[in-house]
Amino acid sequence: MADYKYDILVCGGTGCRATESELLVSNLKAELKTLQLDSEVQVVSTGCFGFCEKGPIVKIMPDNTFYTQVNASDAAEIVSEHIVKGRKVNRLLYLDPVENKNVADSKNMDFYKKQLRVALRNCGFINPENIEESIARDGYSALGTILQSITPEGVIDILKKSGLRGRGGGGFPTGIKWEMARKNNADQKYVVCNADEGDPGAFMDRSILEGDPHSVLEAMAICGYCIGATKGLIYIRAEYPLAIKRLKVAIGQAREYGLLGKNILDFGFDFDVELRYGAGAFVCGEETSLIHSMEGKRGEPTVKPPFPAESGFMNKPTIVNNVETYANIPVIINKGADWFASIGTEKSKGTKVFALAGKINNVGLIEVPMGTTLREVIFEIGGGIKNGKKFKAVQTGGPSGGCLTEKHLDIPIDFDNLIAAGSMMGSGGMIVMDEDDCMVSMAKFFLEFTVEESCGKCAPCRIGNKRLFEILTKITDGKGVKQDLTDLRNLCNVIKDTSLCGLGQTSPNPILSTMENFWHEYVDHIENHKCEAAHCRALMKYEIDEENCIGCTACARACPVAAITGSKKMPHIINQAICIKCGACMEKCKFNAVILK
Amino acid sequence: MTKIRTLDDLRNLRTNLRQGMDMRENADNPDSVVQIKVAMATCGIASGAKKTMDFFVTELRKRQITALVTQTGCMGYCYAEPTIEVTIPGKTPVVFGNVTENVADEIIEKYIKKGELVDGIIPQTFNPIDK
Ligand SMILES: Cc1cc2nc3c(=O)[nH]c(=O)nc-3n(C[C@H](O)[C@H](O)[C@H](O)COP(=O)(O)O)c2cc1C
Ligand code: SF4
Repeated sequence: MADYKYDILVCGGTGCRATESELLVSNLKAELKTLQLDSEVQVVSTGCFGFCEKGPIVKIMPDNTFYTQVNASDAAEIVSEHIVKGRKVNRLLYLDPVENKNVADSKNMDFYKKQLRVALRNCGFINPENIEESIARDGYSALGTILQSITPEGVIDILKKSGLRGRGGGGFPTGIKWEMARKNNADQKYVVCNADEGDPGAFMDRSILEGDPHSVLEAMAICGYCIGATKGLIYIRAEYPLAIKRLKVAIGQAREYGLLGKNILDFGFDFDVELRYGAGAFVCGEETSLIHSMEGKRGEPTVKPPFPAESGFMNKPTIVNNVETYANIPVIINKGADWFASIGTEKSKGTKVFALAGKINNVGLIEVPMGTTLREVIFEIGGGIKNGKKFKAVQTGGPSGGCLTEKHLDIPIDFDNLIAAGSMMGSGGMIVMDEDDCMVSMAKFFLEFTVEESCGKCAPCRIGNKRLFEILTKITDGKGVKQDLTDLRNLCNVIKDTSLCGLGQTSPNPILSTMENFWHEYVDHIENHKCEAAHCRALMKYEIDEENCIGCTACARACPVAAITGSKKMPHIINQAICIKCGACMEKCKFNAVILK
Repeated sequence: MTKIRTLDDLRNLRTNLRQGMDMRENADNPDSVVQIKVAMATCGIASGAKKTMDFFVTELRKRQITALVTQTGCMGYCYAEPTIEVTIPGKTPVVFGNVTENVADEIIEKYIKKGELVDGIIPQTFNPIDK
């Protein structure tokens, strides 16, 4: 093995690749070669570092230097300055926005200080396309250990003691699920990994698969051993080409090394994994739907029970677990149930990965211990609200979740606390909203998504959500009446109670929680025709401020519908009956006389 | 690559591969290992700091001492280049001057392994680099 003095880690996740991180890798390699440093310095393309806001990211080891927004053309300077002369390239260092100072070591960045990486332990650390880097980081050693010395019941016991709950949304205890599947006798059973990840803005699972595919494969094999299955299937959406490619490479290498296939490590245990592609329907993330889709049927849910652990894929006992759930399992076995159970809150153990999105400074992927507060996540790790605006709300749990407000900021995040607060954990999407976001429109945005994604199998969801969407549209168009609010609430409750699957059962949550927390905004839209966030165009009026208007006539000439009248050098007036609210006048006025109210 | 046939195979492979990851692993927990910073500014490079650094990287690995060897800019002791700063976990950093390969060897054997001091310590109140 070569004695490398430096490892240059370059993020090869989807986000950073979009900004040419691949070219950066080849430039770095070429530069090192020219200077004959390629035997001393290794360039490694890794998975996501999580700090996507400022990608592409480059991290130089061993000194932990963290460079952000690195262009492919910066390669030469990094090599000649940092590697050859040992001087950090200051302009590429992360600039702490609060102290306005460069931070060289990522350990000192607020973004990383409070994070604890368990599921993401290898993301941004190893080359996901090289199984040896995974093995060096204990890859497949948990599988080896249990095959040698722990019974399936023993492993299930460890999982139960660890307190691990499913990360796909429901939070069901993983050990208990596996025990059910183990107890159901069958000639064949299946282990399925749910990598459908359909929530808008979520990319936790994608990043794990792109950054550390072997941990998921290993965990699936562990599950196979526990429940008595020899076949694993990963259901992944076709829109994730890089994750698919990395998985294929990983499966190929694992087979080549004998870590998947027949008689693994000579313990007489067979297990192999195949990929199944989804077309990207949100409802196909629901486990029964996912199973039907894999069977080649329409991706529609069916009633539970029977649960997949009783009768799933091909009517055989099947375990469906989420990507992140799997990624936790090898570590739990290596470090022990007690270690895992020591992290988190009383009923939610371990960590959770969140995808931060919306009006937050540090958009990206984070992992924190359960029990971390929303305030810590949003204001410390997330760096607060963009452009110094005021925090208004955060939507957790995606389209099935609810919005939480200022008063919820200090609750420790875990499965139960979020539900008690009227939202849910979901798969870990977090969309942050500021004062410019209208909550009625926000609810409408999520409803539009559910209407689009409803499979249409049952009436409450298919028809009900459409009606909800129509009422919300009416309100944001300024045509709402008071009765709409009662109708909304009643309909929400009916849909929740009578829908067949989780999609319909949770789709009214964004409306219910915004009505709960921002009731006045709904009333304002209806009674006062006002949108406090100045978001709903239909409720806005363009007016001319007499004081500022000098009567230059620029606006009147710009108006496409001749709604503006007035004589020269006299204040002009907009005729509201004619105005189509296009905003042309506002753009033209040089004296800030046109105002939006 | 031959197949990994048994758990022992896997464990051996892991041990062998481990070294390749050590640098990243240690960088993740710098406070738990011996840290050596080599001053590599122009003056350092001119006086052979690169050779000193190479020596540390290779020899520490050979002698199976887990350490983190990094380079830094000028430490301000240009008269005594190559200079290095050694931090043993839990101790205050110590700066050594004129570290040729021979001195480096002595530093590893005496200071790093046994905690004995070596000639050539720059008498200076502790003033960490990089700060
Ligand atoms: C509409 C809907 C969409 C879902 N989408 C996903 C998904 O994208 N990924 C996922 O892991 N689970 C999703 N689930 C949850 C799954 O049905 C299932 O509970 C989960 O995969 C179980 O794994 P876990 O116990 O590891 O969380 C979805 C559920 C519903 C109702
Ligand atoms: S609730 Fe919606 S998505 Fe679920 S089965 Fe009914 S129609 Fe389909």
